[in-house]
Amino acid sequence: MASQLSGGGEPPAEPDRRRPVGRVRFMDAQRVNLDGFAREHAGLGLVAMCSPDDPEPGLVVRDGRVVELDGVPEASFDAIDAYIARHGLDLTASDEAMGLSDVAFARRMVSPDVPRAEIVRLSAGATPAKLARVLALLRPAELGQAMTKMRARRTPSNQAHVTNRLDDPLLLAADSATAAAFGFREIETTVPVLADAPSNALACLIGAAVGAQGVLMQCSVEEALELELGMRGLTSYAETVSLYGTEQVFLDGDDTPWSKAFLTSAYASRGMKMRVSSGAGAEVLMAGAEGKSMLYLEARCVALARAIGAQGVQNGGIDGASVAASVPRGLRELMAENLMAMMRNLESCSGNDALMSESDMRRTSRTLPIVLAGSDFMFSGFGSIQRYDNMFGPSNFNAEDIDDFLAMQRDWGVDGGLRTVPAAQLEAVRRESAQACRAVYRYLGLADFTDDHLERAVDAAGSKDLGDTDTLAVVSAAQAIREGGLTVIDVIAALDETGYEAEAERIMAMTRARLAGDYLQTSAIFDEELRVLSLITDPNDYAGPGTGYEPSPERLREIDAIRQERGVEDLRAEQARFAAPLLVVTGPAGPGQDPRDVVIGVSPAVGRDVWRCLSGITVPAVLAELLAGLEEEGCAGRLVRFSDTVDLGRIGLAAARLAGSGIGIGLQGKGTALIHRRDLAPLANLELYSVAPTVTPQLYRLLGANAARHARGGTPDPARNPYSDEAIEARYHTTVIALMALERAWVRPGAAAEELSQEGLR
Amino acid sequence: MTGTPEVRALSGRAVSELTLEAVRSGELGVADLRIHPGTLERQAAVAAAHANPQLADNLRRAAELTRLSDEEVLAVYDALRPGRSTAAELTDLAAGLASRGLPRCAALLREAAEVYARRGLCA
Repeated sequence: MASQLSGGGEPPAEPDRRRPVGRVRFMDAQRVNLDGFAREHAGLGLVAMCSPDDPEPGLVVRDGRVVELDGVPEASFDAIDAYIARHGLDLTASDEAMGLSDVAFARRMVSPDVPRAEIVRLSAGATPAKLARVLALLRPAELGQAMTKMRARRTPSNQAHVTNRLDDPLLLAADSATAAAFGFREIETTVPVLADAPSNALACLIGAAVGAQGVLMQCSVEEALELELGMRGLTSYAETVSLYGTEQVFLDGDDTPWSKAFLTSAYASRGMKMRVSSGAGAEVLMAGAEGKSMLYLEARCVALARAIGAQGVQNGGIDGASVAASVPRGLRELMAENLMAMMRNLESCSGNDALMSESDMRRTSRTLPIVLAGSDFMFSGFGSIQRYDNMFGPSNFNAEDIDDFLAMQRDWGVDGGLRTVPAAQLEAVRRESAQACRAVYRYLGLADFTDDHLERAVDAAGSKDLGDTDTLAVVSAAQAIREGGLTVIDVIAALDETGYEAEAERIMAMTRARLAGDYLQTSAIFDEELRVLSLITDPNDYAGPGTGYEPSPERLREIDAIRQERGVEDLRAEQARFAAPLLVVTGPAGPGQDPRDVVIGVSPAVGRDVWRCLSGITVPAVLAELLAGLEEEGCAGRLVRFSDTVDLGRIGLAAARLAGSGIGIGLQGKGTALIHRRDLAPLANLELYSVAPTVTPQLYRLLGANAARHARGGTPDPARNPYSDEAIEARYHTTVIALMALERAWVRPGAAAEELSQEGLR
Repeated sequence: MTGTPEVRALSGRAVSELTLEAVRSGELGVADLRIHPGTLERQAAVAAAHANPQLADNLRRAAELTRLSDEEVLAVYDALRPGRSTAAELTDLAAGLASRGLPRCAALLREAAEVYARRGLCA
């Protein structure tokens, strides 16, 4: 850095010491700085893994009874210790599991040569503190490798949130159908107004049945009502049964391990799939972490989940995800939680359901490793609706991100459970579901909806597009459903009576399938043929490269064929729409003699297959601007097509060599343009527009004028390519490749240059 | 499939009889939607054979709970929440369940009574 020499006069203004320099102010203004970042504080539980207060792993068994667990003697067991000690551990494996060093255990997690079943066997004998220690050793890529091996179900899947601010039934039905069509195999709804819950469950049930067969439904509300909706067959799974890692917070939640164990059995007794919910941060937020790390507390939750007989766990932060994300290594901890559930042979519903950052990069960074590794459910609620309509709060990914997610699946060749839905199909399922929902509400005397309301729901991207709705009608419909004791049989009858026999049959078939109970097993979903995919029927058999889940060729085509995909033929057809009876060949192009003669050389496909530049301006319009610019500065342009090369430098140079002035303009059909002079090397030039998409008609005119100035021996201020901070290459490179293929197809080595007519250009 | 008993609803109706025809004739009721305890017992055996004895225990408790009405199930759940019951109330409730053929659920309640008393979770 150069020091400033004072030349006298005014001394420099005293810098404001409180105000950082512009570079820092600029960085401060980035969205990531809206996030909170907490310094580690073990006392508050603000530590991801390995708090100084985490216990040493340990297990003492006497006469087949656990008498000490992770350093706590039996007499001091709290309720969580007591339940885990009595029910949660396989004592036949515990000596071996606890005797393994943490590193040896961790290596087995990652090694493809150690089968999943072996890790499951060992983990069953390991205490919470032991598994927390082992998982803290895994680095991010190792967590991914272990997750790929350890998840229970071979086929990965995904869950959606479907809610809206108004609890509007027609919109819920349309959005539920949309989510099902996109491929989500579980749909979770909830309410801003508790009393609306039965109506939301009904609307989502109808919508999902239109969108796809076999989608599981949940209405997340308080336990009694949720169980009631399940008992009536309106919903088919639950995941709101929360577990906590300390006894105090557990009791604050008005439950005990025994009440949760009983509730777990209660759901199963009504044939409902159920998973428990836990995850980092909950205890911290309740000021009840007792100095323990998030991973250790979650290790207790997951051990308890297994002990009470739940088939699966929703974790990975959940409501506390941003707490974990605020501390160092927090995202590693969240992923380790998911893996913990998998090690305990449980279904993992892997969080990613709470927006944990204002930064698009950080929230992607949080989710991507799990999508790449694959989980039973990558999201325990991908917000399939817009952020503002998500009554759980915005998810980490939302409707705003569906196309991003589809592209990510395609980029990595991984199955995130979603698929592209063609626009016409999307409209069809939205209309069909909204109509079916209206018909059922009308038939059952619940509510009536106008045609206008229906059309708005079909078209709506979110509830703000609905206009004013009658929210009281929803409350009264919900009340009628609840008080009338409406069951899924009534819904089936209503669909059948109102002309929706196929949907009625779908729900009937689902009802039959549920009674077989196969979907109560670990990690169960239904596929669209109503086959159960679970730990039992679709076990993960990953054992290194070449094994485990791989999308079928058919599924891979589905992943690849996003609606934005384009090929050369699409481009040829698009270009043909701009073809015009212009630029006809008038004869062979010869050298000019006039010193005011400037030749505009064009590429081989111009006037044939290529008619529109990347900027959207047509090629004839660009030529008209160039010619006008030449004319303004006293020169006359000639149009010459060169069919022996696609290289712009060579085209421009060849044009210059034909020109009486020795100055030529080269133009590729895609819009890239330059000024050349006959004595320069091919790759040199006088002026260049390299970024074709950003060039405007005025700039082409300026290029023409400058060419004329060069022709007259002047030194014009060069035309400059417009600046852009956008991802121009990402946007246009595929089109460039296709355009160049069209150009290349017209190349004939040694072909003579042809002069083209200017008629009709101006 | 041979050897697989036909799945029945709690009502005893074969699941294959749950059809749109049956809906149209109005012959289906809530008990036709409920899972049969035998189904849960079978699923428990499957879970036990797939390295999850705890899930098996849960499904066996669930099989027992099919005998209770929804209200009774929710009442037992409430009794198990912290500070709702004395240890004696829990053991009495356990005895009642045992006498109605729910021994596993009864054992869960007896265990809760013991731990709750030690941890101060009783009413």
